Amino acid sequence: MKKTLILAAVSMIALASAAQARDLTVVSWGGAYQDAQKEIYFKPFQAASGHKLIDESWDGGVGVLRAKVESGHADWDVVQVESDELALGCDEGLYEKIDYTRIGGKDSYIPEAVSPCGVAAIVYNFAIAYDGDKLKNGPTGWADFFDTKKFPGKRGMRQGPKANLEMALLADGVPAADVYKVLATPPGVERALAKLDTIKKDLIFWKAGAQPVQLLASGEVVMSWAYNGRITAANAKDNKHFKIVWDGSLYTMDSWVILKGSPNKDAALDLLKFMGAAENQKKLPAFISYGVTNKAATALIDPKLLPDLPTAEQNRKNTLEINAAFWLDNADRLTERFNKWAAQ
Amino acid sequence: MSLSAALTEEGATGAPSGRLRRGLALSERRRKRQGWLLLAPVLLFLLFTFIVPIGGMLWRSVADPEVAKVLPRTVASLKTWSGTGAPDEASFAALAQDLSDARTDGTLGLAAKRLNYDLPGYRALLQTAARRNLIDATPPFKAAFLAVDPQWGESETWGAIARASGPVTSFYLLAAVDMKRQADGAIALSPPQTRIYLEVLLRTFTIGLTVTLVCLILGFPLAHLLATAPPRIANLLMILVLLPFWTSLLVRTTAWIVLLQSQGVVNGALESMGLITEPIQMIYNRFGVHVAMTHVLLPFMVLPLYSTMRAIPPVYRRAALSLGASPLQAFVRVYLPQTVPGVAAGCLLVFILAIGYYITPALVGGAADQMISYFIAFFTSETANWGMAAALGAVLLVITSVLYWIYSRIAGTGGVKLG
Repeated sequence: MKKTLILAAVSMIALASAAQARDLTVVSWGGAYQDAQKEIYFKPFQAASGHKLIDESWDGGVGVLRAKVESGHADWDVVQVESDELALGCDEGLYEKIDYTRIGGKDSYIPEAVSPCGVAAIVYNFAIAYDGDKLKNGPTGWADFFDTKKFPGKRGMRQGPKANLEMALLADGVPAADVYKVLATPPGVERALAKLDTIKKDLIFWKAGAQPVQLLASGEVVMSWAYNGRITAANAKDNKHFKIVWDGSLYTMDSWVILKGSPNKDAALDLLKFMGAAENQKKLPAFISYGVTNKAATALIDPKLLPDLPTAEQNRKNTLEINAAFWLDNADRLTERFNKWAAQ
Repeated sequence: MSLSAALTEEGATGAPSGRLRRGLALSERRRKRQGWLLLAPVLLFLLFTFIVPIGGMLWRSVADPEVAKVLPRTVASLKTWSGTGAPDEASFAALAQDLSDARTDGTLGLAAKRLNYDLPGYRALLQTAARRNLIDATPPFKAAFLAVDPQWGESETWGAIARASGPVTSFYLLAAVDMKRQADGAIALSPPQTRIYLEVLLRTFTIGLTVTLVCLILGFPLAHLLATAPPRIANLLMILVLLPFWTSLLVRTTAWIVLLQSQGVVNGALESMGLITEPIQMIYNRFGVHVAMTHVLLPFMVLPLYSTMRAIPPVYRRAALSLGASPLQAFVRVYLPQTVPGVAAGCLLVFILAIGYYITPALVGGAADQMISYFIAFFTSETANWGMAAALGAVLLVITSVLYWIYSRIAGTGGVKLG
């Protein structure tokens, strides 16, 4: 009886820790976005390559990836990550280095998309959004966002310092090129917080990407910054007339990485090549309004879709890329400072 | 039973023979072993889901392995450093060698991140040095480092490495209570602008206590009604109490947003009744957090109260009344003291659950209403600063344990009975 128990326990531990040969596992953000990816990337890749592929979804957080890699038997191979997860995880050695000769060459991607540990998949913007049905002459930039006389009412911003501090400096007249230079100094941080102070009592902080859409729809806020894809999706699905202010918006990219020690590295690189090809990427904007990263892809996209895309020429004129390296250095400190400010 | 009978029989006739005694001891041992075997699954479960993870967390809050691993020569050479001014050439040479190795191994980021916690900007300082160092790696190294950045001549820069040389550190635990070790080794409060966690802890406990109190005020009459109503009504009420248990936490939280937002149901009703002209801000602030958390946690107060009240025979109160007590006296002096175990269990349960809350304050609170879990989640998943996350967790654990200890002293050891 005792022997059987021990045997059972030992075999269970052995089972759990055995490195199992498994199928290529790709992990993305779920929802409508992953449904689109399934349709245009995952299923066609399986059919074309013969590799079996499993897709899962996650909510982000480099801590999750660190725990998986440190445990020694990560069950994910290819993961889509945000820019700061890319930078932080690369620093910590959580990802395989990308061999660009295997995925179409560095030159086939826009320059910002290429990094040693990952290749960008989509471009999206943090932009002011408002309800065109309620505001006929809406805001045109960050100065309007901070002008409660011209546009009375609540404003929505994401919880935490990231992006909000940049926006405050832009509204305060700092040129986009100097934003991170100013923010790197303590007086620069205080300047941004002082600007946020001017609308503090009118601010509502959201957490999830779906919230700003709901806040705008219910009329809780007169404007909010939001991820552009969510706004376009709400217009298409819920018949809303939300407007996006592209001028002065911040943009960032999500990238594909391969987890360190992946037993399916070869198949993973094949998948990255497939998902990086222009003729595959061009299909994405029909499903969801994200810009794509292959240089040749934007030219192949239906011109009707362009006005809603971050990578369209007229939308990317005056934009600022979120500086992942800056946030890597300062996220802890500025999050503490931001919460101190919020409590005052 | 049969064993003890055998023993008595043997005892009656004289001393038990050696064989029987051995047999008895053997069977006694076997019985004990079987008892432990039955307990084994739960003990193993506790070990792997409770003791090991909590031990791991406590260890992480003091562990400091990164810098010693990545910059071993520098750490060794700083052992003899006086602590003021720049160290001698040997330390610079050691650092040059370590940086070169770390870049080859790709481990520099680990050390840079750890040092950046202590001294903001350290990551850039170290990475620039590593990049430049590869190009002109010739002695004298001290001059080469100072040419890259004059900060390499300051004792604070080297002090950060010395402080982080492990294997254990008080850095995270001190930071979790807004303190920092100064260059001279003394412990002092952080500058007021960056002091935050004591305030957050206080906020966490204030919210926890408020929610507990509101739950008690709402839950006590409800539990009393449940315990005294006829079974048919009581069952119906019980289902209503339990209903929130079966609904997802997110759904309940979102429902409160719909009810309380400025264009929401409550504001609309108040406005149409003419009670208010402007919508009242009832959500995305502390009020919303209190309302939503009270709703979620109420069943945890009602159930222990209910089970205690059910066990109180109504005859005591009737006896008190018949002996001339007023209804109020009978309630306060006879009924209320008997409900204390239930009140204690309910309050403890609600309070402990409340101080760990994360998603509800994140969704219905403002930036100034985030509790300690928000910061633990931030450090765990977003910046992977597990030392800081563990230290905040450890501080929360210690304070909660102390509160529990004080509470058990006041309530007595028999005070807590969950049901």
